[in-house]
Amino acid sequence: MSFGLVSAVPLLGLITEPVSVAHYLVVGAIMFVCGIVCMAMKRNALGVLMGIELVLNGANVNFVAFASPYLQGQGSRSLGLDGQVIALFVILLAAAEAAVALAITLNFYNNHATVDVDRADDLKG
Amino acid sequence: MPGLATLADALVAAPLPLAAINWHSFFFFLFAALACGFAVAVVAAENVVRMALYLVLSLGATAGLFFLAGAEFVGAMQLMIYVGGTLVLLVFGVMLTAQAPFVSIKGSGRDKVVAGVVGAMLLAVLLQAALSVKAWRAPAAGVVADPAATPIGMALVGVRVDEPGVGAPARNVRPGYLLPFEIVSIHLLVVLVGAAYLARAKRRKTPRAIEVAASVEPPASVAQHAAIGRERSRGGSVLAGGR
Repeated sequence: MSFGLVSAVPLLGLITEPVSVAHYLVVGAIMFVCGIVCMAMKRNALGVLMGIELVLNGANVNFVAFASPYLQGQGSRSLGLDGQVIALFVILLAAAEAAVALAITLNFYNNHATVDVDRADDLKG
Repeated sequence: MPGLATLADALVAAPLPLAAINWHSFFFFLFAALACGFAVAVVAAENVVRMALYLVLSLGATAGLFFLAGAEFVGAMQLMIYVGGTLVLLVFGVMLTAQAPFVSIKGSGRDKVVAGVVGAMLLAVLLQAALSVKAWRAPAAGVVADPAATPIGMALVGVRVDEPGVGAPARNVRPGYLLPFEIVSIHLLVVLVGAAYLARAKRRKTPRAIEVAASVEPPASVAQHAAIGRERSRGGSVLAGGR
C-alpha cells in the first residue's frame, strides 16, 4: 500500500493519526470565540443567552479533554475524574443561569415590550 | 472479471486505504466539524429561531465529542440537561417573545467588523496557547478505560474509588465531592425558586390616587375602573395570558 499521497496531503494525515488534547482545545477555542462574538454582537437578549451557552460549552470541552484517559501524551497526567465532575457542575450551573436569565428576559419583555438589549437603558446615568 | 480486478487494484492503490483510517479520529473530526460549523452558524444567523436550532445541533455534536473522549456520563448529561432541558427553555423564551419586529434584530455593520476582528485576535491567542504545549500534541498510546459511571457517582457522595487504590495511606486519599454536590443542590433549589418568583404573573396595583378619587365620587369610579381594566388587558403579562 502506498502512503505517498497520505504524507503529501496534510488533511488526509489527520484521520490516520490518533487525536490528542490539542485537537479538543482547538474545538473548545473555536466554540468559545463564537460565543464571545455572539454575546458582543447580538442585540436580541436571547441571542446573548445563546452566546453564554456556547462559551460554557467551549470551557466544558476543555475540561473533558484534560480529563480524558485516551488523549494524554506520554509522561503527562490527566485530570481524571476531577475534570468530568467539574464539567457536570458547569452543565448544572449553566442550566440554573439559563432559568434565571430567561425569567429576567421575560420580565423585561413584559415591562418594555421588547427584547432588544440596547433599549435596556433605564439605569443609565 | 477484469472490471472487478481493476476496481480492487484501484482500491488497494487508493491514496487512503480503509485500513489506514483511524476511526476514532475520523468521528472526532466529523463531530468537531459539526460542533464548530453550527457554532459559527449561531453567530452568523440573523433569525433567532434558526439560532436556537443551530445551537441545539452544535451542543448535540459536542456531546458526541464527550463520548469520544471517554466521558460517557458527561455526554449523556449534556444531551439530557443541555439539549433536553436548557434549550427547550430557551426555545420557549423565543416563542414567548418572538413578535415580528424582534425575530431578527440586525446589528450595525461596524459592530460586526469590530466583533470579527476582536474574535479573530482572541482565537489566534487561544490557538497559539493550545498548540504550543508539547504534551498536549502527543497522541496517546493505546489505552482502554473502563466506561463505568460508578466512580463519578461514588465521588459525588464523597468516596473516591478511582485513585489511589483502596488501602492507600490516608493522606493520599483525595476527598470526594460531597460538599460541592450539596452546595450546588442548594444553589439549584434557590435558583429555581428565584426564577419562579421573577417570572410569576404579577397583578398590577391600582394607583392610590385613583382609589381615593373612586371612594369620593362613585359615578366617576365606574368609568375609571373600566379604563384601568382595558389598560390591564392591553399591557398585561404575557405569561398570565393578559389576565
